[in-house]
Amino acid sequence: MKIAITAAGPDLSSAVDQRFGRGRHLLVVDLPERTVQTIDNQAGRNAAQGAGIQAAQSVIDSGATVLISGHCGPKAFRALKAGGIEVYLTSGGRVDEVLNQFEEGTLDLAPAADVDGHW
Amino acid sequence: MSGPGYEPRPAASESGGAASEYAPAASEPAPRQLVVLSGKGGTGKTSVVAAFAALATAKVLADCDVDAADLHLVLDPALRHREAFMSGKEARIVPDRCSACGDCADHCRFDAIRLTVDGHGRSVYAVDPIACEGCGFCTRVCTSGAVEMLDAERGEWFISDTRHGPLVHARLNIGGENSGKLVTLVRERAASLARETGAGLILVDGPPGIGCPVIASVTGADLVLAVTEPTVSGAHDLERAAELVQGFGLTLAVCINKADLNPDMAERIREVCAARGLPVVGELSYDTAVVKAQVEGKSIVEHGGSPVADQIRDMWKILQDRLEKTEE
Amino acid sequence: MKIAVASGKGGTGKTTLSVNLATALAYEQSVGLLDCDVEEPNCHLYLKPRFDSTEPVSTLVPVVDQDACTGCSLCARACEFHALLALPGPPLLLPELCHACGVCAYVCPEEAMSESEREIGMVGSGMVGGVYFRWGRLNIGEARSTPVIQSVKDLRTAPPLDTVIIDAPPGVACPAVEALRDADFAVLVTEPTPFGLHDLVLAVQTARQMSIPCGVVINRVGIGDERVDDYCAAENVPVLLRIPDDRRIAEACSRGEIFAAGDASFASTLRAFASDLRTRTQERITT
Repeated sequence: MKIAITAAGPDLSSAVDQRFGRGRHLLVVDLPERTVQTIDNQAGRNAAQGAGIQAAQSVIDSGATVLISGHCGPKAFRALKAGGIEVYLTSGGRVDEVLNQFEEGTLDLAPAADVDGHW
Repeated sequence: MSGPGYEPRPAASESGGAASEYAPAASEPAPRQLVVLSGKGGTGKTSVVAAFAALATAKVLADCDVDAADLHLVLDPALRHREAFMSGKEARIVPDRCSACGDCADHCRFDAIRLTVDGHGRSVYAVDPIACEGCGFCTRVCTSGAVEMLDAERGEWFISDTRHGPLVHARLNIGGENSGKLVTLVRERAASLARETGAGLILVDGPPGIGCPVIASVTGADLVLAVTEPTVSGAHDLERAAELVQGFGLTLAVCINKADLNPDMAERIREVCAARGLPVVGELSYDTAVVKAQVEGKSIVEHGGSPVADQIRDMWKILQDRLEKTEE
Repeated sequence: MKIAVASGKGGTGKTTLSVNLATALAYEQSVGLLDCDVEEPNCHLYLKPRFDSTEPVSTLVPVVDQDACTGCSLCARACEFHALLALPGPPLLLPELCHACGVCAYVCPEEAMSESEREIGMVGSGMVGGVYFRWGRLNIGEARSTPVIQSVKDLRTAPPLDTVIIDAPPGVACPAVEALRDADFAVLVTEPTPFGLHDLVLAVQTARQMSIPCGVVINRVGIGDERVDDYCAAENVPVLLRIPDDRRIAEACSRGEIFAAGDASFASTLRAFASDLRTRTQERITT
């Protein structure tokens, strides 16, 4: 399966970026092989309103069925849900560590957006 | 498009580096964020923020009133970094390729395209950059390939050093869509700086009104302070601001500035606050010393002694207590 | 004559001047007052209109015909504001981001995209105190004031008016520009302080960029210094009126009272001021 995860850098040892939408990188990781594709989220960072939407679009287009991030605003959350994507939240750490937690089932599934818009 | 008058002086030693990229670590405690709003303009919000800037320690200042930023006028900032603020696109018609068919103007919903005359006296169409929203309709309908969509520079943002700590501020170009994006950028840079410098507080001078820039300046704040005045306008606009802030589940406290201007209206404001569960953390007397301090380029607490300076100090202590008690 | 009362800085006295000017002029001519500060309208607090005739203001949003839509996503890719999310099936609309530009409907190859209305605020109008008054309010949380401001400025149902006064929102961003558009003259209200001066400079540049002649009203003269006067002289911007710092005016305002209604001298000053403006607009004096 494909997992999208927001990251401060381009590989598995990078820290997780806490913000969806304006995070620096979006990594798409194939599990269980852990091959990594990176989507540069620079366009999303520079978007006027709708950064979260642009990032959500990237996630949907990538074929990922799960997103892991620190926080997700309401518009992005709505967009991801419309795309059939499950959102998990993490309080931080490295991408590879967080993927371990996901595989162990210890990450929290987010039922709703956890921060306000424009975050 | 060049911006208006403000040109901050360059720092004595341009360290040149931009604020580092936001790279959070969950183990560090996040700095507290206090956002000061007014709802109605002219209530004294920026003067109050300037005073807090002088009283608080270990903080980063953020001027989010990007439409008409004034905080820097009493902080004597030394510019450390400046960057263009790009947002969206704008259309531009290349006169040589324009056949003046008018299809672009017919489809533009923002009345941004008008007939004009080029350098050779030929009728051509031209885009008004103030009205253009960058939707790209014109470039799609043009059969002459005369319309370009360019990345639009909408303003500038700056990082400056001041005697009260680093200041992140910005300037929005005239007629710009004040969507909150520049405000968000200012806050993000301030957050980065706070982590870099270990500052425990981000002090935000917020914009007036209840639009997107205000929303962008308050989301995620630990505490919002509304500075109001005892007038019918002050009461009306405070209600709207409170509805917005409380709608986001944020804690709102109120300061009544120039409280002695109208005791009846001050009482009415207190009633509004009581009805909404808003603590009144300060009542400031009307004092001409505030403007005198501003004329000297200082905040009121740096301008000799005055009753209002003491009132602000008391209010600051209350706010500090509240900020310390907010949960992570 | 269409006068926009604007300023860079909030709280300088735009609304005070607008309502007092409208009231003073109503004695001798037919006047309209348009409150275009739709985020924080204040004129009605002074005029206290009793009419209930308000109308919703709407903007257009795209609507997808789910049956005709093939999920090609051309609309979503074409939207510059990211208001449409491309999905395997019909796109998801995020209405708050939509600028109602019409591009999505235009690019749809299946004619599956039409537009319908979404309410974003209200506009009210009627006669009060001899003034034809229009005002609007943007719903909290909405992003774009422009459609509401345009409704307030729409005079198609108004009686014939000698003078129209537009109370503009503060600042120089999109809402202020929309309020100023097509005015014959911009009266820029400021106070003689550093903040007032800084924001006045922005307002003058805005008026010039829009090719609208402007002049300055300095309110609360005496509280600050001379730098605004110096700037106006250096830039050849006429100072049209100086209102002294008068506690009586401040107190009247704080109570929501129109000072000119009770003070014949102030009313007469304002009528002379309006007369001066009319001369300037007729002579098309530009700065």
